[in-house]
Parts: sequence; structure tokens; C-alpha cells
Amino acid sequence: MHKYTRATWFVVLLVVLSLVACACGDDTVTTTAGAEATTTTAAVTTTEAPTTTEPQPVTIEWWHIEVSDPGLSLWQDVADEYMAAHPWVTINITVQENEAFKTALATNMQAGDVPDLFQSWGGGALREQVDAGLVQDITDLAAPWVDQISPGALTMMMIDGKLYGAPWDLGLVGIWYNKTLFADAGVEAPIATWEDLLADVQTFQDAGITPISLAEGDKWPGMFWYAELALRIGGADVMEAAAVNQNFDDPAFLTAGEELAALVALDPFQAGFLATPWDTPDGSAAVLANGNAAMLLMGQWAPGTMRSNGPDLAASGELGWFSFPAYEGGAGASTDAFGGGNGFAVGNDAPPETVDFLGYISSVDVATRIGETGARLPVVIGSEDSVTDPDLAAVLAGMSQATYFQLYLDQAYPPAVGAAVNDAVALLFANAGTPQDVVDAVNAAWAGE
Amino acid sequence: MTTIRTLTRPEVRTPSTTKKWPIVMGFLAPALLLYFVFVLWPIIQAMHYSVYHWNGLEPLTDFVGFNNFTKAFGDPVFRSALYHNFIILGLSLALQLPFALFLAVMLDQNLKGRALMRMLFFAPYVLSEVVTAVVWRQIFRPSGAIDAVISGVSSHDFQGLWLANPKIVLYSLFFVITWKYFGFHMMIMLAGLQQIPDELQEAAAIDGASSWQAFRCITLPLLAPAIRVSVFLSMIGSIQLFDVVWVLTGGGPINASNTMATYMYDWGFERHHIGYANAVSVIVFGLSLLVALAYQRWALRRDVEGSLTAMGA
Repeated sequence: MHKYTRATWFVVLLVVLSLVACACGDDTVTTTAGAEATTTTAAVTTTEAPTTTEPQPVTIEWWHIEVSDPGLSLWQDVADEYMAAHPWVTINITVQENEAFKTALATNMQAGDVPDLFQSWGGGALREQVDAGLVQDITDLAAPWVDQISPGALTMMMIDGKLYGAPWDLGLVGIWYNKTLFADAGVEAPIATWEDLLADVQTFQDAGITPISLAEGDKWPGMFWYAELALRIGGADVMEAAAVNQNFDDPAFLTAGEELAALVALDPFQAGFLATPWDTPDGSAAVLANGNAAMLLMGQWAPGTMRSNGPDLAASGELGWFSFPAYEGGAGASTDAFGGGNGFAVGNDAPPETVDFLGYISSVDVATRIGETGARLPVVIGSEDSVTDPDLAAVLAGMSQATYFQLYLDQAYPPAVGAAVNDAVALLFANAGTPQDVVDAVNAAWAGE
Repeated sequence: MTTIRTLTRPEVRTPSTTKKWPIVMGFLAPALLLYFVFVLWPIIQAMHYSVYHWNGLEPLTDFVGFNNFTKAFGDPVFRSALYHNFIILGLSLALQLPFALFLAVMLDQNLKGRALMRMLFFAPYVLSEVVTAVVWRQIFRPSGAIDAVISGVSSHDFQGLWLANPKIVLYSLFFVITWKYFGFHMMIMLAGLQQIPDELQEAAAIDGASSWQAFRCITLPLLAPAIRVSVFLSMIGSIQLFDVVWVLTGGGPINASNTMATYMYDWGFERHHIGYANAVSVIVFGLSLLVALAYQRWALRRDVEGSLTAMGA
């Protein structure tokens, strides 16, 4: 009998232990409780000694996606500086690669555990977060510093007139080109019109040069071509109406598809472009950097990606940039900009210090350092001179002259609609779909929201 | 000898069933708890979410019944993903397993360097799926290792578009999967072969059976349990295929290498249609369950019969 009692006790112990082990999942709850306890003590101390005005300690959870230098160390420095000036603030940085970040953020948000400050691209994804109450309206809290940011850029982090974060990098998509290959083929840059571009593709091919590098394995680079065409053909009004009416019924979208199909028919891309990724050593950036193609339609980060995956064309002066060609008879101006950038959104439970810290990130000093990295385009007024690279300066000038700004379609629209645009356009590039299919697929995706 | 020793050992008195229960339950509780929290509960949750239109962020209010399921089966992309899963399944059974069996039989002979070859063939299985996919992406890329070899042999510049051609990509994928898993199935069959007593083969040889007859009438029937396990694992693996595909092709180009699992991931994490993605996961689960149960019922019955009946007694 005695033997079994001991065994029973042992089993009970096991059960208790396993329950304790399971309870470890609630890590965050324990931490918060601990933090509350500390705050209470701090409050008590303040009442006892009114001379000390030390604020309550707070922790800011900051998620960003700058996995490599210079961005990685820049953000670390910025956090360290802020913590040194505000000793009661602790900034916990979590760095993740783009895709891993998106997955982790989605999981955390479903669990209601939103980071205090996190990478955001604005647009449809931000709207979803606003609708779900996961981000904070910081319009009032940001008032002291918000005027530092150029108003056009600020709209990226605004939904229905309210501010939910701040942008720190914004640029536009344009054509990056290899000056040597242009000279070899006798093509003059900039290419002024879409018709010229189609003709020049032939010129390059006659010279034995692959005209265009494309990362269709990632799908969004193909969407850039479609969106630029739609913007040039339809113009600002059509793009705005599409977002409001939630359809691609305007004939401009059909024409854009037809023009793109005409380009695809010329077979202007590098071999295997349907599976080529963007930023690997065998990716689309490297194809241009290695002189294996003449042109690349890409955003302001292209020189940085090329530098980390191949020879530095920008340094050797071989890299050039011009904005997307005009479309004859199109309603869009050649100054209408298509692009996007990076920002930080503020989580719903973030302490007020988060907004103050965001103000520090948006200071002229930090913005200047962002510009000096040579990989990003700062949005703070007075930091423009930090961009010394002539190509990036051209992109920045394009931004400042922009008559209209269209965010990347896969970020402007709800995620499912954006993915539908990318998928449908990919079918065009593979000769497996018609321009009408693109319109139908996007409309269907919007109807399914 | 053994029998006598057992008999002389003092008899252990087993406590009555009622006294045994708390202890049995106590020992089972931790495992059952984990099983419930990490297996059963997620399945129940997935079924729950699958009947909602839900982006994962807002409250669960938009009940749509079985719409997500009809939408999935009405979507040509999902149907093609399902088709791809079954192509991989069919090819695995038709090519990969016979190949593994062939190698197992070869390596069961007394060959020089047998241990080394076994190790080499098994090595790919040890690699993680992501590493496998990253390595093969480099080999398959235009002007990569395969193209270089073919160009070298044929002395003209060859580019195969192994991953970029929608018509080829699925077979490239199957090749990588075979490369990774044939060693595993070979090991299972090798273990099975070693269970077969040599006496039977010797007896067959004495009776004048040819090596093919011996293989067909002795090796194959006695190896059947191992083969059935291999087939089972291969089928379930094909239906749930994800990692290699996701890293190697991302389901592309133009969905030509999508599987149900990559389709589900795409809708869940890229498009934020969590409810719909859950419906797809329920379909995958249902299919796996169906295949598993049917297979257990019709094919594995003989193998599990002994253990199950013994447990019941």
C-alpha cells in the first residue's frame, strides 16, 4: 500500500510540473505584472521624496527589418543615443528579415501582442491594422515634431486624415540603367516615351544585349511595369478612382495590360526571368550590376541591393537613372510618381515615449544620417543635402517635383487585392493570361474582400 | 534456462483496476495535456476559423458557412495545387520507391564499400529541407551547375530553365524531393531486408530458384510490411509537401509548382485571408486523414493487427 501512495504522489508531482511548464507560455503576462510592480514602487518613492523627478521606467519594443549595415548599426546607434538621453527608457530591438517580419507580426497581432514601434509601408495593410484597433492615432502626440517631415511623405502613414506613425524613407520607382551598355547599343538616355522604349528594346537585342532585367520570381517587380503603365495611361484621376471604386474597370487598366503584353512579346528579359529573385547573388539586381542587362525598373534601394550582390556600378559611374517614359496620348504626366517607402507605425499599447522617440528618428540629424547611408531617401525637410549620389539625388528631385504620388499597388490595396494584381500580371509575363484576365482577377479579388 | 528463471522469480501482485486508474491517468496526463493543447485544440480552432471570412486581426464576426470550402474547390489555382500534390504522390510511388527498393536490394548484397554507399545515399535525408532547397536553387539556376555540365558535354551554350519554365518546374521539384528522400526509404527497406532470414534464400537457391524468382516469391512478400510503411509515409509527405517547394520556387512561376500547403500559406500570411487559409488547412487535414485511415484499413491492417489485438487482450 505504502508503495502506491508514493507512486501517486510522484505522479501528482509530475502533473503539477507539466502544468507549470505549460504556464510558461504566458511569459509576457508575467513580465507585465513585474513591470507594474516596479512602477508602483517607483510611484511610492516619488511621493516619499518629491525632489526626485525621475519618470517611471518604460520599455519600447521596436521591430525593424534592417538586417544588414549600414541600416542595422544606424538604428542601434539611434536607439542607444535616445536611451542615453532618456535613462528611464529601454528600447528592445528585434531585427527580422522582411518576410519573416511580416509572418511574425501577423502572429503577434493575432495574439494581441503588438510591438510598440514597427516597420510599416502604409497603405492597405496599415488600414487593416487601423480597422482592428492595433495601431495608435498619434496625430496629437506627434504635433510637436510632425512639421519636420515633408507633407507629401507624411500621407503614407495617414489613414482618413489621422497619423499612425512616421515615414523615414520614401522614393519613386524609375529605370536604372547601365551607361556602358546604352553607349554600346547606341541608345540615348533618358528614353522619353513608351514607343521609344519598345523600339530601343529591339536596338539592344540587335546589339546582342539583354534589354531588361526582371525579378518575376518575386512577382512585385513585374507589377511595377503594369502600375507605371496604368499611371501614365490613366493618370492620377484613374488611379484614385480605382482605389475608391475598388475596381479596375477603367479602360486604362486594359490598355496598360495590352502595352505590357506588347513588351513581353519582344522577349526582352534575361533567361529564366520568371523564376529570378530580386536580391540574391543570381538575382535581378546582380544581372544589372554584372552588366548582363541594360535596364531595370526598380525603386530607390536598387543601388544598395546591387552593391551587396555584385559590382558597384554606381561607384564606377556606370549607373544611371531616369523616370518612367511618358505614354503618348496618356492622361498621366511624366512627373506623376509611383513609389513607396518605409515608415514606423506605433502599436496600440505603446507608451508615449515611443512617439517622442519617433520624433527623434524624424529629426534632421538622424534623417541626414539616413541619407548618408546612400541607400535611403530621407523625408525630413532640411536633410536633402545628405544625398550625395547623383542618381539618388535625381530620384529625390523626382520626388520633390511629383505632381501625384501612387503607392505600390500591392501595398496601397488590401493584401489580397495586391497579391491578385501581382499574380495576374505574372501571368501576363508568362504569356499565360490576357490583359482582360488581369482586370477580371483584380475585380474578383476586390469583390472577395 | 530463461523459463526456469522466470518461474522462480517472486510473483508481482498487480493491483486491481480501480486502484490502477489514478496512476495510469496521472502518467498519461502530461502527454494528453500536451496533445490536446498542441494537436487537438489547433485542429478544432482551424475548423472553427474555417467557416469565417476573417483577416486575422478583427473580431470573428463574418460567418460564411461553407463558402470558404466551395471557394477553394472553385479556384483553379487551388485545384491545380491539389493536382500537383497528387502528381508528386504518384511519381513518388511509381519512381522514387522502386528506386529506393532497388538500391536497398543492391546494398543488402555483400558489396565492397557497402557501408560507405549506404551512408552516402542516406546523407541527403539528414540535410534540412531549407538547406536542400537553397542548394538546389543554385544548381538549377540559369547557367548554374546543371546547365554548365550540359553545356560542357554538348559543347554549345545550354540554358535549361529548370525552375523558370512552368511546364518543367514540377518535375525539377520532384527530382529534388526524390534526391532528398530516397535514402530514407532505402533505409526502411534495408532494415526490412535484414529481417528476412538467410535460410529462406538458401533454401530457394537449393530448390533451383532464379534470383528473380527468389526476389519475387521470398524477398518481396517478406519485405511487404516495410514497403507498406514507406508507401504510407510517402503519401502523407506528398500531401503535406511545403518546405522544399516554398524555398525552391515559392509555388511559382505562375503557380506551376504550388502545393496545397504553399497555397494555404500564401492566402494566410500574404493575403491575410486567415479564415480561408484555415479552410484550406482543414481540407489538407481531411485528405491526409482520409488517406491515412483508408490505408490503415486496407493495407496496413495486417501489420498493425498483432499489436492492436495484443493491446486489447
